[in-house]
Amino acid sequence: MNTLALPSLSRPRWRRPLPGFGLSLGLGMAWLGVVVLLPLAALTVRAAGLGSAGWLRAIHDPRVQSALKVSFGTAFAAALIALLAGALVAWVLVRYRFPGRRLLDALVDLPFALPTAVAGIALTAIYAPNGWLGRHLEPLGIQVAYQLTGIVIALVFIGLPFAVRTVQPILESLGHDHEDAAASLGASRFTTLRRVILPELLPALLTGFSLAFARALGEYGSVIFIAGNKPFRTEIAPLLITIRLEEYDYNGAIAIAALLLLASFLCLLVINLIPLLFRHERRGRRHG
Amino acid sequence: MADDRLAPGLQTPAWLRWTLIAGAVLVMVLLVVLPLLMVLISAFGKGFGTWWAALTTPDALSALKLTLFTAAIVIPVNAVFGVFAAWALVRFEFTGKRALLALVDLPFAVSPVVAGLCLVLLFGSQGWFADWLRAWDIKILFARPGIVLATLFITFPFVVRELVPLMQQQGSEEEVVARSLGANAWTMFFRVTLPNIKWGLLYGVLLCGARAMGEFGAVSVVSGHIRGLTNTLPLHIEILYNEFDSTAAFAVSSLLAGLALVTLILKFWLEARHADGLAQSHRRH
Repeated sequence: MNTLALPSLSRPRWRRPLPGFGLSLGLGMAWLGVVVLLPLAALTVRAAGLGSAGWLRAIHDPRVQSALKVSFGTAFAAALIALLAGALVAWVLVRYRFPGRRLLDALVDLPFALPTAVAGIALTAIYAPNGWLGRHLEPLGIQVAYQLTGIVIALVFIGLPFAVRTVQPILESLGHDHEDAAASLGASRFTTLRRVILPELLPALLTGFSLAFARALGEYGSVIFIAGNKPFRTEIAPLLITIRLEEYDYNGAIAIAALLLLASFLCLLVINLIPLLFRHERRGRRHG
Repeated sequence: MADDRLAPGLQTPAWLRWTLIAGAVLVMVLLVVLPLLMVLISAFGKGFGTWWAALTTPDALSALKLTLFTAAIVIPVNAVFGVFAAWALVRFEFTGKRALLALVDLPFAVSPVVAGLCLVLLFGSQGWFADWLRAWDIKILFARPGIVLATLFITFPFVVRELVPLMQQQGSEEEVVARSLGANAWTMFFRVTLPNIKWGLLYGVLLCGARAMGEFGAVSVVSGHIRGLTNTLPLHIEILYNEFDSTAAFAVSSLLAGLALVTLILKFWLEARHADGLAQSHRRH
Protein backbone atom coordinates (compact mmCIF):
# COMPACT_ATOMS: atom_id res chain seq x y z
CA MET A 1 0.00 0.00 0.00
CA ASN A 2 2.60 2.48 1.07
CA THR A 3 4.94 3.38 -1.77
CA LEU A 4 7.50 4.90 0.60
CA ALA A 5 8.63 1.41 1.54
CA LEU A 6 8.85 2.11 5.23
CA PRO A 7 10.42 -0.55 7.37
CA SER A 8 7.67 -2.69 8.76
CA LEU A 9 8.41 -1.69 12.34
CA SER A 10 7.47 1.93 11.79
CA ARG A 11 4.27 1.11 9.95
CA PRO A 12 1.89 3.97 10.73
CA ARG A 13 -0.16 2.78 13.66
CA TRP A 14 -3.85 2.71 13.01
CA ARG A 15 -5.64 3.82 16.13
CA ARG A 16 -8.66 1.74 16.92
CA PRO A 17 -11.67 3.97 17.43
CA LEU A 18 -12.98 1.92 20.32
CA PRO A 19 -11.23 1.05 23.56
CA GLY A 20 -10.66 -2.19 25.35
CA PHE A 21 -9.44 -4.49 22.59
CA GLY A 22 -6.54 -5.91 24.56
CA LEU A 23 -8.48 -6.23 27.80
CA SER A 24 -11.60 -7.79 26.33
CA LEU A 25 -9.77 -10.16 24.00
CA GLY A 26 -7.38 -11.12 26.79
CA LEU A 27 -10.11 -11.81 29.33
CA GLY A 28 -12.29 -13.53 26.75
CA MET A 29 -9.47 -15.77 25.59
CA ALA A 30 -8.35 -16.55 29.14
CA TRP A 31 -11.89 -17.52 30.06
CA LEU A 32 -12.34 -19.65 26.94
CA GLY A 33 -8.94 -21.18 27.55
CA VAL A 34 -9.45 -22.12 31.18
CA VAL A 35 -13.07 -23.19 31.03
CA VAL A 36 -13.25 -24.90 27.63
CA LEU A 37 -9.97 -25.35 25.80
CA LEU A 38 -7.76 -26.60 28.64
CA PRO A 39 -10.12 -29.48 29.54
CA LEU A 40 -10.52 -30.42 25.87
CA ALA A 41 -6.74 -30.24 25.42
CA ALA A 42 -6.33 -32.69 28.29
CA LEU A 43 -8.60 -35.17 26.52
CA THR A 44 -6.88 -34.66 23.15
CA VAL A 45 -3.40 -35.15 24.59
CA ARG A 46 -4.40 -38.24 26.56
CA ALA A 47 -6.17 -39.67 23.49
CA ALA A 48 -3.06 -39.11 21.36
CA GLY A 49 -1.03 -40.79 24.10
CA LEU A 50 -3.02 -44.02 23.80
CA GLY A 51 -0.94 -45.01 20.79
CA SER A 52 -2.05 -47.32 18.01
CA ALA A 53 -2.12 -50.36 20.30
CA GLY A 54 -4.38 -48.67 22.80
CA TRP A 55 -6.68 -47.42 20.08
CA LEU A 56 -6.93 -50.79 18.39
CA ARG A 57 -7.81 -52.42 21.69
CA ALA A 58 -10.47 -49.83 22.40
CA ILE A 59 -12.00 -49.99 18.93
CA HIS A 60 -12.06 -53.78 18.82
CA ASP A 61 -14.05 -54.00 22.03
CA PRO A 62 -17.44 -55.28 20.80
CA ARG A 63 -19.24 -53.43 23.61
CA VAL A 64 -17.70 -50.14 22.44
CA GLN A 65 -18.63 -50.90 18.85
CA SER A 66 -22.23 -51.62 19.72
CA ALA A 67 -22.50 -48.52 21.95
CA LEU A 68 -21.18 -46.35 19.13
CA LYS A 69 -23.57 -47.97 16.68
CA VAL A 70 -26.50 -47.35 19.03
CA SER A 71 -25.45 -43.74 19.62
CA PHE A 72 -24.83 -42.81 15.99
CA GLY A 73 -27.86 -44.73 14.72
CA THR A 74 -30.36 -43.33 17.20
CA ALA A 75 -28.92 -39.81 16.91
CA PHE A 76 -29.25 -39.93 13.13
CA ALA A 77 -32.80 -41.25 13.22
CA ALA A 78 -33.80 -38.77 15.92
CA ALA A 79 -32.26 -35.79 14.12
CA LEU A 80 -34.14 -36.76 10.96
CA ILE A 81 -37.46 -37.11 12.78
CA ALA A 82 -36.85 -33.91 14.76
CA LEU A 83 -36.12 -32.12 11.48
CA LEU A 84 -39.34 -33.28 9.83
CA ALA A 85 -41.47 -32.63 12.92
CA GLY A 86 -39.66 -29.34 13.54
CA ALA A 87 -40.13 -28.16 9.97
CA LEU A 88 -43.86 -28.94 10.24
CA VAL A 89 -44.14 -27.02 13.52
CA ALA A 90 -42.12 -24.09 12.16
CA TRP A 91 -44.23 -23.99 8.98
CA VAL A 92 -47.49 -24.00 10.91
CA LEU A 93 -46.25 -21.34 13.36
CA VAL A 94 -45.10 -19.02 10.58
CA ARG A 95 -47.78 -19.56 7.95
CA TYR A 96 -51.03 -19.99 9.78
CA ARG A 97 -52.93 -17.99 12.36
CA PHE A 98 -54.94 -20.05 14.80
CA PRO A 99 -55.95 -19.85 18.46
CA GLY A 100 -53.13 -20.96 20.74
CA ARG A 101 -50.40 -20.25 18.21
CA ARG A 102 -48.37 -18.11 20.63
CA LEU A 103 -48.62 -20.75 23.34
CA LEU A 104 -47.43 -23.40 20.90
CA ASP A 105 -44.57 -21.11 19.92
CA ALA A 106 -43.53 -20.61 23.53
CA LEU A 107 -43.73 -24.34 24.29
CA VAL A 108 -41.22 -25.15 21.54
CA ASP A 109 -38.40 -24.10 23.87
CA LEU A 110 -39.52 -26.25 26.77
CA PRO A 111 -37.23 -29.21 25.92
CA PHE A 112 -34.40 -26.73 25.97
CA ALA A 113 -35.34 -25.28 29.34
CA LEU A 114 -36.43 -28.49 31.05
CA PRO A 115 -33.55 -30.28 32.78
CA THR A 116 -32.69 -33.47 30.92
CA ALA A 117 -33.11 -35.70 33.97
CA VAL A 118 -36.65 -34.39 34.44
CA ALA A 119 -37.45 -35.03 30.78
CA GLY A 120 -35.90 -38.48 31.10
CA ILE A 121 -38.03 -39.71 33.98
CA ALA A 122 -41.18 -38.09 32.57
CA LEU A 123 -40.78 -39.70 29.13
CA THR A 124 -39.99 -43.04 30.77
CA ALA A 125 -43.11 -42.85 32.92
CA ILE A 126 -45.21 -42.06 29.83
CA TYR A 127 -43.83 -44.82 27.61
CA ALA A 128 -43.20 -47.53 30.23
CA PRO A 129 -45.42 -50.61 29.76
CA ASN A 130 -47.77 -49.32 32.49
CA GLY A 131 -47.48 -45.65 31.48
CA TRP A 132 -50.03 -43.30 29.89
CA LEU A 133 -49.09 -44.21 26.33
CA GLY A 134 -47.07 -47.38 26.91
CA ARG A 135 -50.19 -49.08 28.31
CA HIS A 136 -52.00 -48.60 24.99
CA LEU A 137 -49.00 -49.41 22.81
CA GLU A 138 -48.08 -52.67 24.50
CA PRO A 139 -51.20 -54.65 23.35
CA LEU A 140 -50.28 -53.58 19.82
CA GLY A 141 -46.90 -55.18 20.27
CA ILE A 142 -45.09 -51.85 20.34
CA GLN A 143 -42.56 -51.44 23.10
CA VAL A 144 -41.01 -48.04 23.48
CA ALA A 145 -39.37 -47.69 26.87
CA TYR A 146 -36.16 -49.70 27.41
CA GLN A 147 -35.83 -50.13 23.62
CA LEU A 148 -34.04 -48.25 20.85
CA THR A 149 -37.37 -46.56 20.07
CA GLY A 150 -37.34 -45.05 23.55
CA ILE A 151 -33.86 -43.62 23.00
CA VAL A 152 -35.01 -42.10 19.71
CA ILE A 153 -38.05 -40.50 21.37
CA ALA A 154 -35.92 -38.91 24.08
CA LEU A 155 -33.51 -37.60 21.43
CA VAL A 156 -36.30 -36.21 19.24
CA PHE A 157 -37.54 -34.36 22.32
CA ILE A 158 -34.05 -32.88 22.81
CA GLY A 159 -33.55 -32.01 19.13
CA LEU A 160 -36.95 -30.50 18.36
CA PRO A 161 -36.25 -26.90 19.48
CA PHE A 162 -33.04 -26.81 17.45
CA ALA A 163 -34.88 -27.84 14.30
CA VAL A 164 -37.79 -25.43 14.80
CA ARG A 165 -35.65 -22.44 15.79
CA THR A 166 -33.29 -22.73 12.82
CA VAL A 167 -36.04 -23.17 10.21
CA GLN A 168 -38.52 -20.66 11.65
CA PRO A 169 -36.56 -17.40 11.07
CA ILE A 170 -35.80 -18.37 7.46
CA LEU A 171 -39.46 -19.12 6.77
CA GLU A 172 -40.37 -15.78 8.33
CA SER A 173 -37.94 -13.91 6.13
CA LEU A 174 -39.21 -15.45 2.88
CA GLY A 175 -41.09 -12.90 0.84
CA HIS A 176 -44.09 -13.96 -1.19
CA ASP A 177 -42.75 -12.60 -4.50
CA HIS A 178 -41.14 -15.88 -5.49
CA GLU A 179 -44.24 -17.86 -4.65
CA ASP A 180 -46.45 -15.36 -6.47
CA ALA A 181 -44.21 -15.59 -9.50
CA ALA A 182 -44.10 -19.37 -9.41
CA ALA A 183 -47.88 -19.57 -9.14
CA SER A 184 -48.46 -17.03 -11.90
CA LEU A 185 -46.23 -19.16 -14.13
CA GLY A 186 -48.58 -22.04 -13.49
CA ALA A 187 -46.65 -23.98 -10.89
CA SER A 188 -48.72 -26.22 -8.66
CA ARG A 189 -48.60 -25.79 -4.90
CA PHE A 190 -46.39 -28.84 -4.56
CA THR A 191 -44.03 -27.68 -7.30
CA THR A 192 -43.74 -24.28 -5.62
CA LEU A 193 -42.89 -25.93 -2.34
CA ARG A 194 -40.31 -28.19 -3.95
CA ARG A 195 -38.72 -25.78 -6.40
CA VAL A 196 -39.06 -22.41 -4.67
CA ILE A 197 -39.38 -22.80 -0.90
CA LEU A 198 -37.31 -25.94 -0.29
CA PRO A 199 -34.11 -24.61 -1.93
CA GLU A 200 -34.33 -21.48 0.21
CA LEU A 201 -34.79 -23.59 3.32
CA LEU A 202 -32.07 -26.11 2.53
CA PRO A 203 -29.22 -24.41 4.46
CA ALA A 204 -31.44 -24.00 7.52
CA LEU A 205 -32.62 -27.60 7.28
CA LEU A 206 -29.03 -28.84 7.11
CA THR A 207 -28.01 -26.63 10.04
CA GLY A 208 -31.00 -27.76 12.09
CA PHE A 209 -30.20 -31.39 11.35
CA SER A 210 -26.53 -31.01 12.30
CA LEU A 211 -27.38 -29.20 15.54
CA ALA A 212 -29.95 -31.80 16.52
CA PHE A 213 -27.57 -34.62 15.58
CA ALA A 214 -24.65 -33.16 17.54
CA ARG A 215 -26.83 -32.65 20.58
CA ALA A 216 -28.42 -36.10 20.29
CA LEU A 217 -25.08 -37.86 19.93
CA GLY A 218 -23.82 -36.54 23.24
CA GLU A 219 -27.09 -36.55 25.14
CA TYR A 220 -27.04 -38.41 28.43
CA GLY A 221 -29.56 -37.27 31.03
CA SER A 222 -32.79 -37.80 29.15
CA VAL A 223 -31.66 -41.07 27.56
CA ILE A 224 -30.31 -43.16 30.43
CA PHE A 225 -33.70 -43.44 32.15
CA ILE A 226 -35.67 -44.57 29.11
CA ALA A 227 -32.95 -46.65 27.45
CA GLY A 228 -32.84 -49.55 29.88
CA ASN A 229 -29.06 -49.53 29.34
CA LYS A 230 -28.65 -53.15 28.34
CA PRO A 231 -25.07 -53.71 27.13
CA PHE A 232 -24.89 -54.53 23.39
CA ARG A 233 -28.52 -53.47 22.92
CA THR A 234 -29.53 -50.13 24.36
CA GLU A 235 -26.31 -48.81 25.86
CA ILE A 236 -25.27 -45.41 24.49
CA ALA A 237 -21.65 -44.31 24.12
CA PRO A 238 -21.76 -41.51 26.75
CA LEU A 239 -23.07 -44.01 29.30
CA LEU A 240 -20.26 -46.44 28.46
CA ILE A 241 -17.78 -43.61 29.16
CA THR A 242 -19.14 -43.25 32.69
CA ILE A 243 -19.09 -47.04 33.17
CA ARG A 244 -15.44 -47.23 32.07
CA LEU A 245 -14.62 -44.37 34.44
CA GLU A 246 -16.24 -46.19 37.33
CA GLU A 247 -14.13 -49.25 36.46
CA TYR A 248 -11.04 -46.99 36.53
CA ASP A 249 -10.48 -47.94 32.87
CA TYR A 250 -9.38 -44.42 31.93
CA ASN A 251 -8.01 -45.41 28.53
CA GLY A 252 -11.27 -47.07 27.58
CA ALA A 253 -13.19 -43.95 28.57
CA ILE A 254 -10.73 -41.66 26.77
CA ALA A 255 -10.97 -43.59 23.49
CA ILE A 256 -14.79 -43.39 23.36
CA ALA A 257 -14.80 -39.75 24.45
CA ALA A 258 -12.20 -38.82 21.82
CA LEU A 259 -14.37 -40.36 19.09
CA LEU A 260 -17.42 -38.43 20.31
CA LEU A 261 -15.36 -35.24 20.48
CA LEU A 262 -14.17 -35.79 16.91
CA ALA A 263 -17.78 -36.21 15.80
CA SER A 264 -18.69 -32.97 17.61
CA PHE A 265 -15.90 -31.15 15.80
CA LEU A 266 -17.12 -32.47 12.46
CA CYS A 267 -20.70 -31.37 13.21
CA LEU A 268 -19.47 -27.93 14.16
CA LEU A 269 -17.37 -27.76 11.01
CA VAL A 270 -20.40 -28.66 8.88
CA ILE A 271 -22.55 -26.07 10.68
CA ASN A 272 -19.94 -23.39 10.04
CA LEU A 273 -19.42 -24.41 6.41
CA ILE A 274 -23.12 -24.37 5.46
CA PRO A 275 -23.42 -20.55 5.20
CA LEU A 276 -20.24 -20.43 3.10
CA LEU A 277 -21.47 -23.17 0.78
CA PHE A 278 -24.77 -21.46 0.17
CA ARG A 279 -23.52 -17.89 0.21
CA HIS A 280 -23.85 -17.20 -3.51
CA GLU A 281 -27.39 -18.53 -3.56
CA ARG A 282 -28.47 -16.35 -0.70
CA ARG A 283 -27.01 -13.17 -2.12
CA GLY A 284 -29.63 -10.66 -2.98
CA ARG A 285 -32.27 -12.03 -0.71
CA ARG A 286 -33.87 -9.41 1.42
CA HIS A 287 -33.14 -9.51 5.10
CA GLY A 288 -35.81 -9.43 7.78
CA MET B 1 -44.84 -14.48 5.62
CA ALA B 2 -48.21 -15.54 6.97
CA ASP B 3 -50.43 -17.52 4.67
CA ASP B 4 -53.36 -15.09 4.93
CA ARG B 5 -51.23 -12.37 3.36
CA LEU B 6 -50.71 -14.36 0.19
CA ALA B 7 -52.93 -14.01 -2.87
CA PRO B 8 -56.12 -16.06 -2.39
CA GLY B 9 -55.12 -18.56 -5.06
CA LEU B 10 -51.86 -19.26 -3.24
CA GLN B 11 -53.31 -19.81 0.20
CA THR B 12 -53.39 -23.29 1.61
CA PRO B 13 -56.87 -24.81 1.31
CA ALA B 14 -58.64 -24.98 4.66
CA TRP B 15 -58.64 -28.78 4.95
CA LEU B 16 -54.88 -28.94 4.40
CA ARG B 17 -54.22 -26.01 6.68
CA TRP B 18 -56.14 -27.56 9.55
CA THR B 19 -54.54 -30.96 8.95
CA LEU B 20 -51.09 -29.41 9.20
CA ILE B 21 -52.03 -27.44 12.30
CA ALA B 22 -53.44 -30.59 13.89
CA GLY B 23 -50.22 -32.43 13.03
CA ALA B 24 -48.06 -29.75 14.63
CA VAL B 25 -50.24 -29.64 17.73
CA LEU B 26 -50.10 -33.44 17.99
CA VAL B 27 -46.29 -33.38 17.76
CA MET B 28 -46.09 -30.79 20.50
CA VAL B 29 -48.62 -32.52 22.75
CA LEU B 30 -46.94 -35.91 22.47
CA LEU B 31 -43.41 -34.64 22.87
CA VAL B 32 -43.67 -31.59 25.08
CA VAL B 33 -47.03 -31.17 26.81
CA LEU B 34 -47.40 -34.78 27.99
CA PRO B 35 -44.03 -34.94 29.79
CA LEU B 36 -44.79 -31.65 31.51
CA LEU B 37 -48.22 -32.89 32.63
CA MET B 38 -46.66 -36.16 33.73
CA VAL B 39 -44.26 -34.32 36.02
CA LEU B 40 -46.93 -32.14 37.58
CA ILE B 41 -49.54 -34.89 38.01
CA SER B 42 -47.07 -37.42 39.42
CA ALA B 43 -45.58 -34.82 41.76
CA PHE B 44 -48.92 -33.93 43.34
CA GLY B 45 -50.51 -37.37 42.83
CA LYS B 46 -50.23 -38.27 46.50
CA GLY B 47 -51.22 -34.88 47.76
CA PHE B 48 -49.58 -31.63 48.63
CA GLY B 49 -48.23 -32.97 51.92
CA THR B 50 -46.19 -35.73 50.28
CA TRP B 51 -44.88 -33.23 47.75
CA TRP B 52 -43.78 -30.86 50.46
CA ALA B 53 -42.25 -33.66 52.51
CA ALA B 54 -40.16 -34.80 49.53
CA LEU B 55 -38.86 -31.29 49.01
CA THR B 56 -37.95 -30.68 52.62
CA THR B 57 -35.87 -33.77 53.36
CA PRO B 58 -32.34 -32.80 54.40
CA ASP B 59 -30.89 -34.34 51.23
CA ALA B 60 -33.29 -32.44 48.98
CA LEU B 61 -32.57 -29.17 50.77
CA SER B 62 -28.82 -29.59 50.54
CA ALA B 63 -29.17 -30.47 46.83
CA LEU B 64 -31.25 -27.32 46.34
CA LYS B 65 -28.62 -25.26 48.15
CA LEU B 66 -25.82 -26.68 46.03
CA THR B 67 -27.77 -26.04 42.83
CA LEU B 68 -28.41 -22.42 43.83
CA PHE B 69 -24.79 -22.00 44.94
CA THR B 70 -23.55 -23.26 41.57
CA ALA B 71 -25.91 -20.99 39.65
CA ALA B 72 -24.91 -18.02 41.82
CA ILE B 73 -21.30 -18.43 40.69
CA VAL B 74 -21.82 -19.57 37.11
CA ILE B 75 -24.31 -16.90 36.04
CA PRO B 76 -22.30 -13.77 37.01
CA VAL B 77 -19.02 -15.24 35.76
CA ASN B 78 -20.50 -16.16 32.41
CA ALA B 79 -22.24 -12.80 32.14
CA VAL B 80 -19.14 -10.70 32.86
CA PHE B 81 -16.73 -12.70 30.72
CA GLY B 82 -19.39 -13.11 28.05
CA VAL B 83 -19.70 -9.33 27.68
CA PHE B 84 -15.92 -8.93 27.41
CA ALA B 85 -15.64 -11.73 24.85
CA ALA B 86 -18.54 -10.39 22.79
CA TRP B 87 -16.99 -6.91 22.80
CA ALA B 88 -13.71 -8.26 21.43
CA LEU B 89 -15.41 -10.52 18.91
CA VAL B 90 -17.81 -7.92 17.51
CA ARG B 91 -16.08 -4.55 17.68
CA PHE B 92 -12.63 -5.51 16.39
CA GLU B 93 -11.16 -7.33 13.42
CA PHE B 94 -8.30 -9.69 14.07
CA THR B 95 -6.83 -12.89 12.69
CA GLY B 96 -8.50 -15.98 13.96
CA LYS B 97 -11.77 -14.26 14.78
CA ARG B 98 -13.89 -16.71 12.79
CA ALA B 99 -12.18 -19.66 14.44
CA LEU B 100 -12.74 -18.11 17.84
CA LEU B 101 -16.44 -17.61 17.11
CA ALA B 102 -16.70 -21.27 16.17
CA LEU B 103 -14.84 -22.32 19.32
CA VAL B 104 -17.36 -20.46 21.45
CA ASP B 105 -20.00 -22.91 20.18
CA LEU B 106 -17.97 -25.98 21.14
CA PRO B 107 -19.72 -26.69 24.45
CA PHE B 108 -23.06 -26.87 22.59
CA ALA B 109 -21.73 -29.69 20.44
CA VAL B 110 -19.64 -31.57 23.01
CA SER B 111 -21.33 -34.28 25.06
CA PRO B 112 -21.72 -33.28 28.72
CA VAL B 113 -20.20 -36.61 29.71
CA VAL B 114 -17.13 -35.86 27.58
CA ALA B 115 -16.88 -32.48 29.31
CA GLY B 116 -17.00 -34.19 32.69
CA LEU B 117 -14.34 -36.68 31.64
CA CYS B 118 -12.07 -33.84 30.53
CA LEU B 119 -12.25 -32.37 34.03
CA VAL B 120 -11.45 -35.79 35.51
CA LEU B 121 -8.36 -35.91 33.27
CA LEU B 122 -7.28 -32.52 34.61
CA PHE B 123 -8.10 -32.81 38.28
CA GLY B 124 -8.52 -36.53 38.96
CA SER B 125 -6.04 -38.68 40.90
CA GLN B 126 -4.13 -39.37 37.66
CA GLY B 127 -4.82 -35.97 36.13
CA TRP B 128 -2.48 -33.25 34.94
CA PHE B 129 -2.78 -31.25 38.14
CA ALA B 130 -2.99 -34.20 40.53
CA ASP B 131 0.37 -33.64 42.25
CA TRP B 132 -0.10 -29.92 42.56
CA LEU B 133 -3.60 -30.34 44.00
CA ARG B 134 -2.38 -32.93 46.47
CA ALA B 135 0.50 -30.69 47.55
CA TRP B 136 -1.86 -27.83 48.29
CA ASP B 137 -4.63 -30.09 49.59
CA ILE B 138 -7.19 -28.69 47.19
CA LYS B 139 -10.17 -30.81 46.21
CA ILE B 140 -11.80 -30.05 42.89
CA LEU B 141 -13.22 -33.35 41.76
CA PHE B 142 -16.04 -34.83 43.85
CA ALA B 143 -16.39 -31.41 45.44
CA ARG B 144 -18.06 -28.09 44.69
CA PRO B 145 -15.34 -26.58 42.46
CA GLY B 146 -15.65 -29.49 40.03
CA ILE B 147 -19.40 -29.05 39.82
CA VAL B 148 -18.98 -25.32 39.19
CA LEU B 149 -16.33 -25.91 36.51
CA ALA B 150 -18.45 -28.52 34.74
CA THR B 151 -21.44 -26.17 34.75
CA LEU B 152 -19.30 -23.28 33.50
CA PHE B 153 -18.18 -25.43 30.57
CA ILE B 154 -21.74 -26.40 29.63
CA THR B 155 -23.20 -22.90 29.93
CA PHE B 156 -20.23 -21.09 28.39
CA PRO B 157 -21.81 -20.12 25.03
CA PHE B 158 -25.19 -18.75 26.10
CA VAL B 159 -24.36 -15.11 26.83
CA VAL B 160 -21.83 -14.73 24.01
CA ARG B 161 -24.13 -16.36 21.45
CA GLU B 162 -26.88 -13.90 22.29
CA LEU B 163 -24.70 -10.79 22.46
CA VAL B 164 -22.63 -11.30 19.30
CA PRO B 165 -25.48 -11.06 16.75
CA LEU B 166 -27.18 -8.32 18.78
CA MET B 167 -24.08 -6.11 18.92
CA GLN B 168 -23.41 -6.76 15.23
CA GLN B 169 -26.90 -5.51 14.38
CA GLN B 170 -26.57 -2.45 16.57
CA GLY B 171 -23.27 -1.36 15.08
CA SER B 172 -20.70 0.76 16.86
CA GLU B 173 -21.83 4.25 15.85
CA GLU B 174 -23.17 5.28 19.25
CA GLU B 175 -20.04 4.05 20.98
CA VAL B 176 -17.77 5.88 18.54
CA VAL B 177 -19.78 9.08 19.07
CA ALA B 178 -19.52 8.72 22.84
CA ARG B 179 -15.78 8.35 22.55
CA SER B 180 -15.44 11.31 20.19
CA LEU B 181 -17.39 13.39 22.71
CA GLY B 182 -14.74 12.58 25.26
CA ALA B 183 -16.29 9.76 27.24
CA ASN B 184 -13.70 7.49 28.75
CA ALA B 185 -13.88 3.75 28.13
CA TRP B 186 -15.91 2.84 31.23
CA THR B 187 -18.30 5.78 30.82
CA MET B 188 -18.93 4.67 27.26
CA PHE B 189 -19.49 1.11 28.45
CA PHE B 190 -21.88 1.91 31.27
CA ARG B 191 -23.77 4.74 29.54
CA VAL B 192 -23.97 3.45 25.97
CA THR B 193 -23.01 -0.20 25.52
CA LEU B 194 -24.63 -1.73 28.58
CA PRO B 195 -28.01 0.02 28.15
CA ASN B 196 -28.03 -1.09 24.52
CA ILE B 197 -27.35 -4.74 25.25
CA LYS B 198 -29.15 -5.12 28.59
CA TRP B 199 -32.15 -7.08 27.29
CA GLY B 200 -29.97 -9.36 25.21
CA LEU B 201 -27.72 -9.88 28.21
CA LEU B 202 -30.73 -10.75 30.37
CA TYR B 203 -31.89 -13.19 27.70
CA GLY B 204 -28.51 -14.91 27.65
CA VAL B 205 -28.35 -14.97 31.45
CA LEU B 206 -31.82 -16.52 31.58
CA LEU B 207 -30.89 -19.39 29.29
CA CYS B 208 -27.57 -19.80 31.08
CA GLY B 209 -29.33 -19.99 34.45
CA ALA B 210 -31.88 -22.54 33.29
CA ARG B 211 -29.15 -24.78 31.92
CA ALA B 212 -26.92 -24.26 34.97
CA MET B 213 -29.58 -25.47 37.37
CA GLY B 214 -30.60 -28.39 35.20
CA GLU B 215 -27.25 -29.74 34.04
CA PHE B 216 -26.97 -33.46 34.63
CA GLY B 217 -24.42 -35.35 32.54
CA ALA B 218 -21.30 -33.27 33.14
CA VAL B 219 -22.06 -32.72 36.81
CA SER B 220 -22.85 -36.40 37.27
CA VAL B 221 -19.35 -37.39 36.14
CA VAL B 222 -17.50 -34.97 38.43
CA SER B 223 -19.75 -34.91 41.48
CA GLY B 224 -19.10 -38.30 43.02
CA HIS B 225 -22.74 -38.38 44.19
CA ILE B 226 -22.00 -37.78 47.84
CA ARG B 227 -25.40 -37.35 49.45
CA GLY B 228 -25.89 -34.13 51.30
CA LEU B 229 -22.56 -32.85 49.97
CA THR B 230 -22.13 -32.97 46.20
CA ASN B 231 -25.62 -33.77 44.97
CA THR B 232 -27.39 -31.19 42.88
CA LEU B 233 -31.14 -31.29 42.30
CA PRO B 234 -30.95 -33.22 39.01
CA LEU B 235 -28.61 -35.78 40.61
CA HIS B 236 -30.95 -36.06 43.58
CA ILE B 237 -33.79 -36.85 41.15
CA GLU B 238 -31.77 -39.70 39.68
CA ILE B 239 -31.08 -41.19 43.11
CA LEU B 240 -34.74 -41.01 44.16
CA TYR B 241 -35.85 -42.52 40.86
CA ASN B 242 -33.37 -45.39 41.09
CA GLU B 243 -34.62 -46.08 44.63
CA PHE B 244 -38.12 -46.46 43.15
CA ASP B 245 -39.33 -43.43 45.07
CA SER B 246 -40.85 -41.98 41.94
CA THR B 247 -43.29 -39.68 43.75
CA ALA B 248 -40.39 -37.93 45.47
CA ALA B 249 -38.40 -37.91 42.22
CA PHE B 250 -41.29 -36.20 40.46
CA ALA B 251 -41.80 -33.80 43.38
CA VAL B 252 -38.21 -32.59 43.04
CA SER B 253 -38.65 -32.61 39.25
CA SER B 254 -41.69 -30.36 39.57
CA LEU B 255 -39.48 -27.74 41.19
CA LEU B 256 -37.12 -27.77 38.21
CA ALA B 257 -40.04 -27.95 35.77
CA GLY B 258 -41.50 -24.87 37.47
CA LEU B 259 -38.18 -23.15 36.99
CA ALA B 260 -38.20 -24.10 33.30
CA LEU B 261 -41.72 -22.65 32.97
CA VAL B 262 -40.67 -19.41 34.64
CA THR B 263 -37.72 -19.26 32.24
CA LEU B 264 -40.05 -19.73 29.28
CA ILE B 265 -42.46 -17.07 30.51
CA LEU B 266 -39.66 -14.54 31.04
CA LYS B 267 -38.20 -15.43 27.65
CA PHE B 268 -41.58 -14.99 26.02
CA TRP B 269 -42.03 -11.66 27.78
CA LEU B 270 -38.62 -10.46 26.60
CA GLU B 271 -39.37 -11.52 23.03
CA ALA B 272 -42.74 -9.78 23.07
CA ARG B 273 -41.85 -6.60 24.97
CA HIS B 274 -38.19 -5.96 24.32
CA ALA B 275 -37.79 -7.43 20.86
CA ASP B 276 -35.68 -4.48 19.73
CA GLY B 277 -33.13 -5.24 22.40
CA LEU B 278 -32.68 -8.85 21.28
CA ALA B 279 -30.86 -10.49 18.42
CA GLN B 280 -33.02 -10.59 15.30
CA SER B 281 -33.63 -14.33 15.30
CA HIS B 282 -35.38 -14.12 18.67
CA ARG B 283 -37.84 -11.45 17.70
CA ARG B 284 -41.41 -12.61 17.48
CA HIS B 285 -43.88 -10.24 15.99
